[in-house]
Amino acid sequence: MTIRHHPDDATLLSYAAGTLPEALAVAVSAHVALCPRCRHGIRTAETVGGALLDSGSAAEIAADALDRAMARIETRAGGVATPEPLPDVADARVPAPLARRLGAGLDDIRWRWIAPGVRSHEITVSPGSGSLMLLKIAPGKSMPDHGHGGTELTMVLDGSYSDETGRYGPGDVADLDESIEHSPMVDSEVDCVCLVALEAPTRFKGRIARLLQPYLRI
Amino acid sequence: MHAALRMSDSTNESGMVPRKEAMTDLLVRIGANRDRQAYQAMFVYFAPRVKGFLMSKGADSALAEELMQDTMLTVWTKASMYHPGRGSASTWIFTIARNLRIDKLRRESVQHFDDVDGLEIAEDDPNTGRTVVAQDDAVIAGQERRLVAAAMKRLPTDQAEVIRLSFVDDLSQHDIADRLGLPLGTVKSRMRLAYNKLRQALESEL
Repeated sequence: MTIRHHPDDATLLSYAAGTLPEALAVAVSAHVALCPRCRHGIRTAETVGGALLDSGSAAEIAADALDRAMARIETRAGGVATPEPLPDVADARVPAPLARRLGAGLDDIRWRWIAPGVRSHEITVSPGSGSLMLLKIAPGKSMPDHGHGGTELTMVLDGSYSDETGRYGPGDVADLDESIEHSPMVDSEVDCVCLVALEAPTRFKGRIARLLQPYLRI
Repeated sequence: MHAALRMSDSTNESGMVPRKEAMTDLLVRIGANRDRQAYQAMFVYFAPRVKGFLMSKGADSALAEELMQDTMLTVWTKASMYHPGRGSASTWIFTIARNLRIDKLRRESVQHFDDVDGLEIAEDDPNTGRTVVAQDDAVIAGQERRLVAAAMKRLPTDQAEVIRLSFVDDLSQHDIADRLGLPLGTVKSRMRLAYNKLRQALESEL
């Protein structure tokens, strides 16, 4: 897999800071699971957090804080942690962070018909943290022209599409903000499955809202 | 390996109070030997900072104390997974506190924040048939701390501000745009510029 399109540096920085809304963070982590370059980029951004932790103000801690900590490491909770197990989803198209949320492969989840050649599967995130869904679009179909309310991240899991900004295949991420208008069209022989994360669906207004309504159920 | 070479200067003459640069060495000792004295020294340095950092993000004292305790417990349990080539102890502890705080905020979701370390470990798993070559093994943790601090001091005020609002005040890009009365695109471009300076500082001198 050759990844050509990556999240914006500003997106990686916000991910490192921990301020990316959950829906967007899931899309970034799905990409990052496949992309050593962006893992490296996030590590670089995380050094800012380390430097600010060093130079930041120290708060007064509880008088017994150290005693408590030393007692806790002697309990069962103080054992050696093991890495989180990989999800039991045997679908190579689904990166681990997404597999944990889906619990099944792309052929085994429920798809909702929303327009000819377009189906969706919503993924739950915490309230107020954006919206997250899978879209499955048939070859030759396109999404309507639309703008964006805030940042929109689209990661291709299967198939490919093209728009004014280039061609997107598995692993690629389109990181677009509200200033960009585009009209993606599926150019693969198989359905194009994308993970779409929207920052602020409730902000869609007017024409854009009407166009996106079938997709977002807003 | 770098950490092992510097192990000898990780504590001062009294053998108790570590210098700031020694934190990474202490962390390696905890991971390798379950060294309780090293852990105590790290706690004394980091616990008040972690709590202060969490309070600056709006947590009250009681919640910050709890999250600080959980952060420090995780430092103990995960120390053996720490690798100095992946950054300084401060950066690693920042990511632990960040992850725990996000998990706490995502009350209605059982999903954990996906940390780069976790994703990398997942990819290292032999069952996936893939291996990852760490690209940043050359980063020497102590040097990294100084370079980042220096690069941040050199940032123009407007770029330093968006960094601070992100990492300290915990605002999303949208919230920053609202707070400063700027278009989202301007906030993003300031973040990009700051990030690029940081990256250049780290890549040119290490």
